[in-house]
Amino acid sequence: MQKKISTIPFAGTPEQEAKLKEAIARNIDDPGAVMPVLQEAQEIYGYLPIEVQKMVAEGLNVPLEEVYGVSTFYSQFALSPKGKYNISVCLGTACYVKGSGDILNKLSEELGIEAEECTPDGQFSLTACRCIGACGLAPVITVNDDVYGRLTVDDVPYIINKYKKA
Amino acid sequence: MYRSNVLVCGGTGCTSSNSLTIVNKLKEEIKRMGLQDEVNVITTGCFGLCALGPIMVVYPEGSFYSMVKVDDIPEIVEEHLLKGRIVTRLLYQETVENDTIKSLNKTAFYEKQKRVALRNCGVIDPEKIDDYIAQDGYAALGKVLTEMTPEDVIQTILDSGLRGRGGAGFPTGLKWKFAAANDADQKYVCCNADEGDPGAFMDRSVLEGDPHAVLEAMAIAGYAIGASQGYIYVRAEYPIAVKRLQIAISQAHEYGLLGEDIFGTGFNFDIKLRLGAGAFVCGEETSLMTSIEGKRGEPRPRPPFPAVKGLYQKPTILNNVETYANIAQIILKGADWFASMGTEKSKGTKVFALGGKINHTGLVEIPMGTTLREIVFEIGGGIPNGKKFKAAQTGGPSGGCIPEEHLDVPIDYDNLLAIGSMMGSGGLIVMDEDNCMVDVAKFFLEFTVDESCGKCTPCRIGTKRLLEMLEKITNGQGTMEMIDEMEELCYYIKANSLCGLGQTAPNPVLSTLRYFKDEYISHIVDKKCPAVVCKNLLEFTIDKDKCIGCGMCARKCPASAIAVTDYTAPGKKKPAYAIDTEKCVKCGACMDTCKFKAISKG
Repeated sequence: MQKKISTIPFAGTPEQEAKLKEAIARNIDDPGAVMPVLQEAQEIYGYLPIEVQKMVAEGLNVPLEEVYGVSTFYSQFALSPKGKYNISVCLGTACYVKGSGDILNKLSEELGIEAEECTPDGQFSLTACRCIGACGLAPVITVNDDVYGRLTVDDVPYIINKYKKA
Repeated sequence: MYRSNVLVCGGTGCTSSNSLTIVNKLKEEIKRMGLQDEVNVITTGCFGLCALGPIMVVYPEGSFYSMVKVDDIPEIVEEHLLKGRIVTRLLYQETVENDTIKSLNKTAFYEKQKRVALRNCGVIDPEKIDDYIAQDGYAALGKVLTEMTPEDVIQTILDSGLRGRGGAGFPTGLKWKFAAANDADQKYVCCNADEGDPGAFMDRSVLEGDPHAVLEAMAIAGYAIGASQGYIYVRAEYPIAVKRLQIAISQAHEYGLLGEDIFGTGFNFDIKLRLGAGAFVCGEETSLMTSIEGKRGEPRPRPPFPAVKGLYQKPTILNNVETYANIAQIILKGADWFASMGTEKSKGTKVFALGGKINHTGLVEIPMGTTLREIVFEIGGGIPNGKKFKAAQTGGPSGGCIPEEHLDVPIDYDNLLAIGSMMGSGGLIVMDEDNCMVDVAKFFLEFTVDESCGKCTPCRIGTKRLLEMLEKITNGQGTMEMIDEMEELCYYIKANSLCGLGQTAPNPVLSTLRYFKDEYISHIVDKKCPAVVCKNLLEFTIDKDKCIGCGMCARKCPASAIAVTDYTAPGKKKPAYAIDTEKCVKCGACMDTCKFKAISKG
């Protein structure tokens, strides 16, 4: 999937940087440290702007191109920040044959953004994700950690409104 | 000792429908009734019947409550747990027969199943190692370390006929034998828990429901091939599985069942977890190992095979979660017991994740050789809403669609290959008459185009060209020549791709071309989608006799494609509207607006 690179300026805090340095120190002796450290970095910052990737590369003493290569290879690594509420639509087969494609279209229409984008106010981002394994509830979406299953297109506006109010 | 045990499913399916809130409410109510010393609440792994979640079973009665709601809990606690009166109204209705309650094992869903890999799922608390040990857990590891030589272990696995459950079905014992034969200062045992097939969740359920079974089997494999380090590569999308594996590993350490000098035999074995980051190709063995090394998960050419040069260039074996889940049982019960189940060349059982258009969505484990008809119509309870079966898809993006004419083929590795599909990891998605097979092929190709790592040209460019042709066909721009071109390209991609992803990526196209060619022809020649799925081939029409002439649809139409006619139906006051199909953009807004169901698509 083509990664969308954020144009929003990087705003990291010293606390975040200290946490990242601690994660680097903990993993530095592991020969396969790049992935686990990037995973922790994404937990800390929410996404992986180039500034963070540089810190990881310098900290682990590996070339930046290798870090960038890994961060762009795996779909879980995000180069753009996510919204306050990140909506993931499962496009696994079980969900797809039960109409999750229509759900994604409806969400996209209601929010005015495409998949892999974030609303200008930073409230919502939309992602199409791989099977989350809750096939018994197909079609499924998640909003941050909340799971909504057995959905129809008509449920979409109610779900969005719930978070707009929150 | 507790008088009653309440088992609540804590698998991903049921927790997604709030089973953990139910556990909390149960504990609260049990305490309120003063029953906390008599009734025990246990969070287990998956029961399999995910469609009916959240699921809760009360023992010793074995009462199976399905689709439990938080509001039902006070009633269940007071009536059932306090007064001993089962709340029949809330039970899974198939277990209720003329006021008597039949055993769960006698219901259509469970009766034909045989649970080997899933034997502890939904039975034990996966976060307690003592529960696993009480079910003969780690007895197989003890037996192997104290009574068997590594050669004995490999021979037992060879004799059992166990084949890899991750896809291609390579004999597990043979893999171990190759790795054991190579001398090296370090060898590795890896577990593939990167279950990437969309619609497959059997490995996740084993990890969530019985994580120690995998750890024990990996230690056995380590002893057999002479490795002291194991890696489990698990999808980060499975947070519950990751958490339970972490708990299991630290408990096994505490009990001395992992680490140094296991059972005082001098055998050392440790396991590390590695999280995937969402790349389907990492399910391929060489990619998975490259990814464990922290790099881009790209495959590498074989030979050298991993048994010679795998992880960090050392001899390595890689098996799938379900394969490991069978190992301890084979050691304890013997190779003959395992080989007595299944067909001539495929022994034992196979777990399938049933999904799609089927009543009992969930996890089933059946002996090899069961027919698809039994799985779909007996165990799976058939197709919802009285629709007609069209195809069953196995093997995910590497597999194919099996049509009705092959429903009676006994399922095993070789039979599935012969009918143009494959076992894969065990996802089984049922499709009905409302699913368009060209669209399904397109769906899988979109997936493989997205997930192709880009290293080799046949896969990177070939799958893209295939997808473009499928897009043209579903847009109504296809030609009959395209069918031959696609077929030729499919065989080219299969023959020339570097790894399993590319070699199997054309299967969804080939199998739908083989069994559903008429649907392709309808799209190309008649410019129609028989299942009414492909949007660009739809035509919206207004039934002029149902239209009351309110004009709502015309006002909603973004393309101004709807205009009033001069026809007024008998009994209606205003003239009917009609759609100009040339101008129509097929958005469907008119159909959503019409309160009189006068607009249809086809």
